[in-house]
Amino acid sequence: MAQMTMIQAINNALDLELGRDPNVLVFGEDVGKNGGVFRATDGLQAKYGAERVFDTPLAESGIGGLAVGLAIQGFRPVAEIQFFGFVFEVMDQIAGQASRLRYRTNSRFHCPVVFRSPFGGGVKTPEMHADSLEGLFVQTPGVRVVIPSNPYDAKGLLISAIRDNDPVIFLEHMKLYRSMRMEVPEEAYTVPLDQAKVVREGKDLTVIAYGAMVHTALRAAEELANSKGVQAEVIDLRTINPIDIDTIVASIKKTHRAVVVQEAQRQAGAAAEIIAQINEHAIYHLEGPVLRVTPPDTVYPFAQIEDEWIPTPQRVLAGMNKALTV
Amino acid sequence: MRTYSWEEEIPAHQVLAPDGSVVGEWPESLDDERLRSFYRWMVFARRFDQRALTLHRQGRLGTYAPFSGQEAAQIGSFAALEKTDWVFPSYREVAGMMYHGLPPEMALLFSKGHPDAGKVPAELNMLPGKIVIAAQILHAVGAAWACKQRGEDRVASAFFGDGATSQGDFHEALNFAAVFRVPAVFFCQNNQFAISVPVTRQMATPTVAQKAVAYGIEGIRVDGNDVVAVYAAMCRAVARARAGGGPTLVEAVTYRQGPHTTADDPRRYRDPQVHQTWVEALDPIRRLRLCLERRGAWDEAAESAWIREADERIAAAVERAESYPAPDAAEVLFGHVYAEPTPALAAQRAGFLAEQAEGGANGWPGAR
Ligand SMILES: Cc1ncc(C[n+]2csc(CCOP(=O)(O)OP(=O)(O)O)c2C)c(N)n1
Repeated sequence: MAQMTMIQAINNALDLELGRDPNVLVFGEDVGKNGGVFRATDGLQAKYGAERVFDTPLAESGIGGLAVGLAIQGFRPVAEIQFFGFVFEVMDQIAGQASRLRYRTNSRFHCPVVFRSPFGGGVKTPEMHADSLEGLFVQTPGVRVVIPSNPYDAKGLLISAIRDNDPVIFLEHMKLYRSMRMEVPEEAYTVPLDQAKVVREGKDLTVIAYGAMVHTALRAAEELANSKGVQAEVIDLRTINPIDIDTIVASIKKTHRAVVVQEAQRQAGAAAEIIAQINEHAIYHLEGPVLRVTPPDTVYPFAQIEDEWIPTPQRVLAGMNKALTV
Repeated sequence: MRTYSWEEEIPAHQVLAPDGSVVGEWPESLDDERLRSFYRWMVFARRFDQRALTLHRQGRLGTYAPFSGQEAAQIGSFAALEKTDWVFPSYREVAGMMYHGLPPEMALLFSKGHPDAGKVPAELNMLPGKIVIAAQILHAVGAAWACKQRGEDRVASAFFGDGATSQGDFHEALNFAAVFRVPAVFFCQNNQFAISVPVTRQMATPTVAQKAVAYGIEGIRVDGNDVVAVYAAMCRAVARARAGGGPTLVEAVTYRQGPHTTADDPRRYRDPQVHQTWVEALDPIRRLRLCLERRGAWDEAAESAWIREADERIAAAVERAESYPAPDAAEVLFGHVYAEPTPALAAQRAGFLAEQAEGGANGWPGAR
């Protein structure tokens, strides 16, 4: 066991998988000598060589298309999109190509690519760096979307993603990169994809979150317990496409009330899908409407006002209080 | 079988040698007074850049992309534009943008993440610096098309780095501009690196300029640390565009002396010896100073006065940036999403304001 930050856990996962499987390749902008702008790939080129860990020219569509071609030939590319705001440049290669390769070739070919990318607000980045765009891929059949909330999960989920035979979009919240350390085993292990985790048990209310919002939700839950003695159960989704509705329903059968927290703007995001599925699977267990706590439907704001936009523990707490009373 | 290949490395056009001597054709329109004004601007820009880095270290400025080493490329190219021309810059073009008329405090607000940094003065046809690499190059083509369609005497210019030439957007822009024969000028500052990736890993061609050939437009390769050569090259490109001759790709070969941004550590990827040559012998400000000296247009006293004047302007800009009113969050968030807010958005705004009025505790908008 070692104490690791999330960025170290990710680096460690890549290191182990490059060591285990010669078909694993790591590439993207500045991932080689520079070790990535956040150092996620630090030291990997020196260890595994520039044939397996390499810089590409500056073109996200190129990175995505290269990954698909390599995957067709049996490689397992781990492609980095330097910031997820630049996923728009590679939208076709992910959502139009990688996601459909299996379908259009009748499973003769599949696409075991991981698209890793930093995202997330609260760290005062320039335009197009912080946007939560995961919702775009919740609507994309054929890809998984994985968003870890802590170093242990990040490592285990990334290893699972690399070994998975379908494309995985693996999103790393920048605020979590170095904000916490955790005991992480040094050897390889997996955390299963598609499975949510109850990170705080409670009987009165279910709070569903992912990424950095798990921590915001946990703070709000503590506050609620301290102020009112009400116990919220907090679920960390970990994978948001597909959604682990069974874990959610099991919790709602106990609590009968729920709030979904999402850092992305409000409309048609992961939260909307979660609520729709709760309606489909658990409506008779609910004692009130499922609410969402989200930012408004506006463009991700300039750094100086981003804190006004992002859900805070107070906002989540108010959402929880409302869910308990309606 | 005839095949087509290109091995030749076009030498970069030069007017000033690194020692300031004149080795190329002097542009007619450039007299000593103009040359001195270039120099003063370059000195100002360098001081501004250094001040910005200090402000960042002191926690008074957010992420900033320094341009030191690229002053000649930026001042020389912007000097060839008219104020009415269209300008589509990247985040790196702060020196050129200030020369063009952007108040220096706006450049600081940009790095402070203040929304008003997007309000480029209305008399300028210039957009805020683009963060998304290469996207603005296509916008220049659209703007140039508009100039042509309206029979205006204006050109549209796009500024970008060597890394940007790898993006599809760059290639699409050059092709569109060539096919439509629009008055566009594409100005690439080849500063040797895209963050950590050297230009030799960015492209297999020895030059950026030669890419023009494939699209059927003119390409110029110019020494980007020679302000006179840059000015001459850009004047040629702008004049061609204005006269209906179509687009030009200008490659200015230069060097980024500082980090990519304040978040970057260039020691990880830079060769210290190559770096030293660019910073010392090839520095663009030094070169112009040596040229002015040879022409009897520079002395120590003038230099001190220019530095003092620059520092005063910078101090005033810092003061204005730091005393700038804080953004009105509701207006910034909701005021510029659509021409008229949708009913849903108007309701969200009302919820946001109510939350602010109640001290931020009502859980907007989840609880409403
Ligand atoms: C589409 C896109 N991809 C990636 C980035 C991240 N990024 C910011 S600057 C940069 C390098 C740009 O290099 P270059 O075009 O040579 O311009 P320079 O910064 O050297 O002026 C990268 C990769 C971005 N801003 N936009």
